[in-house]
Amino acid sequence: MNFAVLQFPASNCDQDAVHVLKNVLGHSARLLWHKENSLGDVDGVLIPGGFSYGDYLRTGAIARFSPIMKAVQLFAENGGMVLGICNGFQILCEAGLLPGALVRNRSLQFCCERVHLKVATTRSGFTRAIPENKLLQIPIAHGDGCYFADESTLGELQKNDQILFQYATPQGMLTDAANPNGSLLNIAGICNKNRNVAGMMPHPERASEGWLGGTDGRLIFESWLQELTGRNKPSAT
Amino acid sequence: MKAKITVSPKKAVLDPQGKTVQSALEHMGYTGIRAVHVGKYLEIEIEGDKEIVRQQIDEACRKLLSNPVIEDYQFTLE
Repeated sequence: MNFAVLQFPASNCDQDAVHVLKNVLGHSARLLWHKENSLGDVDGVLIPGGFSYGDYLRTGAIARFSPIMKAVQLFAENGGMVLGICNGFQILCEAGLLPGALVRNRSLQFCCERVHLKVATTRSGFTRAIPENKLLQIPIAHGDGCYFADESTLGELQKNDQILFQYATPQGMLTDAANPNGSLLNIAGICNKNRNVAGMMPHPERASEGWLGGTDGRLIFESWLQELTGRNKPSAT
Repeated sequence: MKAKITVSPKKAVLDPQGKTVQSALEHMGYTGIRAVHVGKYLEIEIEGDKEIVRQQIDEACRKLLSNPVIEDYQFTLE
């Protein structure tokens, strides 16, 4: 598979994402500068973590207007699979490709820790390879990860089974204490209604090799690869 | 002319900064504070027909300067 990993000024998880896709999973991945207008020949797009444009104004607010995002929008509209991690999730929300928004952590502190994630649904191209009831351990590192959406949007997310990951206790309970940032419904990751665009605050690329302390993050990339293997390539632009 | 824009968090959105500032003010001895909301203030210096400028600023507020999911905005032209 061919992946494009977008690179904005102050992206800082871009190389890690390329490393995992290429060296750990054995696929082709290349960095794509945000000023590009075209994605080229790609099967999937990854928007990595970081602090694009210094988080000026709001996280992801300026990056979402970078030229490459027009191509991403079109790619997603044609069914192409897009995953946003951390700042990538914030950018996808700002771009309107995912519902809701990510605001300052409830504690006002930057949260950098390993969290437990309940997989709310395996009915998505980003979670399908995860064994039923498996709790994932993946690190987070963010200052603005508190997921917010109005009540009707939250209702839609639940009704359409769009919630992918929720912060949980080591026993898998969705408690307030297990919620590191104040996200509504303990939401750590969601997908769009068409299930081809997903965003998550935790960093699966930092949990894809045993020597880094865990491999649960790989299950997300493996789900993505499984899903892509079974479908036709969307028309890239 | 100058557009003076205020962006503030919507009521339903958690505003931990506002809460923290409120408790600091109370700690300093200020009483009767019911709520504090921390937002943003922007000034844009711009030339053009006032009505067109008004439309442009309104559009810019909706598209970039505020996020309607979490924020409200208002502005004046001077």
